Amino acid sequence: MKLLQWFLSAVLLISIAALIIFRPLPILFYPKLPHIPFVGRAIYILVLSCLLCLYRVVRGPTSADRIMAIDIMGIMIIGMCAVLTIATGRGWYMDVGIAWALQSFITVLALSKHLEGRNLDA
Amino acid sequence: MRETIGFILVAIGLLLNVLGCIGIVRLPDVYLRLMAGTKCVTLGTCSILFGTFLIMGFTMGGVKCLLCLVFIVLTDAVSAHVITRSAHRAGIKFYEGTIKDEYSEDHPKKKDVNS
Repeated sequence: MKLLQWFLSAVLLISIAALIIFRPLPILFYPKLPHIPFVGRAIYILVLSCLLCLYRVVRGPTSADRIMAIDIMGIMIIGMCAVLTIATGRGWYMDVGIAWALQSFITVLALSKHLEGRNLDA
Repeated sequence: MRETIGFILVAIGLLLNVLGCIGIVRLPDVYLRLMAGTKCVTLGTCSILFGTFLIMGFTMGGVKCLLCLVFIVLTDAVSAHVITRSAHRAGIKFYEGTIKDEYSEDHPKKKDVNS
């Protein structure tokens, strides 16, 4: 049983690595710009990291785990906005990133006040 | 040359992000997970943002990247500290191999709850 688990996870890891190396993600609306192969692979890696964070959100034993994983996934999405800025050269992707950072910080403060058991005012 | 240094910084940031997420999945406790996740992911995302600034130069996107970097460095440590403090005060259990807990000598814990 343990051998089967090791085998399946090795196959999964090798297929993910092959996907990252051989088929970078096509970016649909800007296909002619430079830096597209690097950015496609970088977006694959960031999306897989976000999926690992979502695993912790679904299967966290306590609620502090869920708050922490949501916060860290937000920070990683800011990194994804920066990588999309490299790909397209447009500046407004970082507007999304700055707004996401502000919203995530205030959400974490409010949720941890609620976890501690006090009211939200003080 | 400037673009090459920028791409190397972005690659280092991606590596740190992946290591932080593996730490989030594998470590046994809330406090250890916060240690792994916050340090690795903050340094990795700051590296990605500074690499983007080096690639883009002083355009609209690059300056916004610097602004976002300063904001992340200021707020992420604060949010991790707030989560740890509220988890300790709510009485979430430690991992069994924990040796010493100096915070609960000054602030005694409530009864242990597990949710």
